[in-house]
Amino acid sequence: MLAYYTQLAFRSFRRNPGLSALMVLAIALGIAVCVMTLTVYHAMSGNPIWWKSERLYSVTMDNWDPNNPYHEQPNLPPPELTYQDARHLFGSTIPQRKVIMFSTSGDISAAATTPARPARTRFTTADFFAMFEVPFLYGGAWSARADDPPQPLIVLSREENEKLFGGLNSVGRTVRWNDHEFRVSGVLDDWFPRPRYYDLNGGHFQEPDSVYLPFAWGIAHEQLNDEEADCWRPEVINSYPDYLASDCVWLQMWVELPDASSRARMQAFIDGYWAEQRKGGRFERPRNNRLTTVGQWLRDREVVDNDNRLLVGLGFAFLAVCLINTVGLLLAKFLNGAAITGVRRALGASRRQVFIQHLIEVGVLSLLGAALGLGLAALGLAAIHHLYAAAHLFHRGGYQELMHFDPIGVAWALALAVLATLAAGLYPAWRVGRLPPAVYLKSQ
Amino acid sequence: MLKMKDVSKIYRADLIETYALRSFSLEVAAGEFVAVTGPSGSGKTTFLNVAGLLETFDSGSYELDGTDVHALSDDARSRLRNERIGFIFQSFNLIPDLNVQDNVDVPLRYRRLATSDRRERIQSALELVGLAARMKHMPSQLSGGQQQRVAIARAIAGDPAFLLADEPTGNLDSLMARQVMDLLEQINDMGTTILLVTHDPELAQRAQRNVHLVDGQVSELQAYEPRVRAAAPLGETAARA
Repeated sequence: MLAYYTQLAFRSFRRNPGLSALMVLAIALGIAVCVMTLTVYHAMSGNPIWWKSERLYSVTMDNWDPNNPYHEQPNLPPPELTYQDARHLFGSTIPQRKVIMFSTSGDISAAATTPARPARTRFTTADFFAMFEVPFLYGGAWSARADDPPQPLIVLSREENEKLFGGLNSVGRTVRWNDHEFRVSGVLDDWFPRPRYYDLNGGHFQEPDSVYLPFAWGIAHEQLNDEEADCWRPEVINSYPDYLASDCVWLQMWVELPDASSRARMQAFIDGYWAEQRKGGRFERPRNNRLTTVGQWLRDREVVDNDNRLLVGLGFAFLAVCLINTVGLLLAKFLNGAAITGVRRALGASRRQVFIQHLIEVGVLSLLGAALGLGLAALGLAAIHHLYAAAHLFHRGGYQELMHFDPIGVAWALALAVLATLAAGLYPAWRVGRLPPAVYLKSQ
Repeated sequence: MLKMKDVSKIYRADLIETYALRSFSLEVAAGEFVAVTGPSGSGKTTFLNVAGLLETFDSGSYELDGTDVHALSDDARSRLRNERIGFIFQSFNLIPDLNVQDNVDVPLRYRRLATSDRRERIQSALELVGLAARMKHMPSQLSGGQQQRVAIARAIAGDPAFLLADEPTGNLDSLMARQVMDLLEQINDMGTTILLVTHDPELAQRAQRNVHLVDGQVSELQAYEPRVRAAAPLGETAARA
């Protein structure tokens, strides 16, 4: 009977093409707006490494001005560490994996004779790739031994490898970065965590870096991070060693702690270091050393603001308005076909069968609406992309990447929309089944 | 086989109650051809709707093939209607966007018969009314007489025990009306019980018995002489229409 009812649904659409098109459009518009807002919301709020969220921790310590907190309500420490603190904490053997890093920019070329191009660069330690589960296309990360003393090894992003080597396996080849030679140890596969949780500087949705170099090499060659260091007091910095010894924060640190016990031990290790430093005159603020999970980190750093939540609410409100309109149109359509329903009742259709037949018609309508809605949502997201591109509004980072559908989010939105439409169709379908057939048989 | 006793049907609107049927009693035996006549508003159509399980009644009892229908659920009433009753309406009530074959198929679909069984029944019903060659025609491509014959084919395709006809010739000219009546008589001859609601005394006389209604009650029962069977076979008669 399902096939028969579906066939009847399409016949019914042909009987009232205008009304049917209007309903499909109403559902499609509601779904399109919902999918667009959900996609934007999901991209801006999603935890891109949720499966490790309770193992990965950002390490922060409050070394800030004793009279002025870094961030009030909530009382958060600076998001980065000084070199001396990061270096000491990195020496701990408690974490399963640990990373300290900073980003900068440099010029890269495949050979001395080819022109160099700017490339976003990250100086990091070897665990970065395993800790953040970065996929490799060719080769792999450098080993921990290559961190110290630092070896001239480099990891390229897939995009950078395309530019330098036409996408070929470049492992073992030599590239020049700021006139220094590096040997390629690995090439990443496509990798684009949204938001870029491990370093939110420069925009929450910045693309990942193009090249990765050993952290210790960057320190040995006196590299500076591309953002200005954050200092809570004026510092006299005349040399790179002055910079390293300063109380300015500029390094990100993440650790992987597999269980509650290791987390407690790491917290104790940080607090012990804090107490020791406090005796020496540093850390004048109350103790506020944190190990923050990825989810909490994103909330603390306000990656999702209230405007986005409001937008999602408005999206669903719009869907509700569309569905309420659809209920009215469905009622009009079904009552318009009451005479035919009366004939079917006379020929043996029960109320239940009439109800199911009309509900399937609603289901088909909702699926058509969902399909059209997806198309409209794709157009809408493309329009958002062009709008931002035209206005050069990328300074908060990476909005152009938000136009990609998140498959799970879209599946949820579609399922919700189809269920909501079916729910909206329950009353009209029930109502038409309750019509007294005799009245419509006589009046036809 | 159809037994109504003291059946009343009341329509209520605000404070006004109107008796469409008042202590209505009637028995119809298997294979009978009964005409139901009466002036407008006498309750003929209400009787047919109650008999056809399209409407419920307020009091009394009604047995169809020994089943007390009063307590049946909507599902059971619908199943009984589908399997035991065929309807023919004054305005044919064909579904306009289904072709002849699909129109005849409607009651068979609800009986969930196998495709091959349905196809056979549709074929033989349409052959009986002389329209097997018009299976793919849409109702709008047929004359009034042909549309009513399709409606008859649809009514008999499920092989019902009862055929309920509400002014089946009301929208037809006299020639077509006669041919439709010939068809109904021949279906009755094959054993199907027919209840025919009509205004036309001449048509009523073609039934075996006439029940005359006034104000929702039986005012007169009249039996007619057994009719003379038509000489021409059914298919031939229908094909001329």
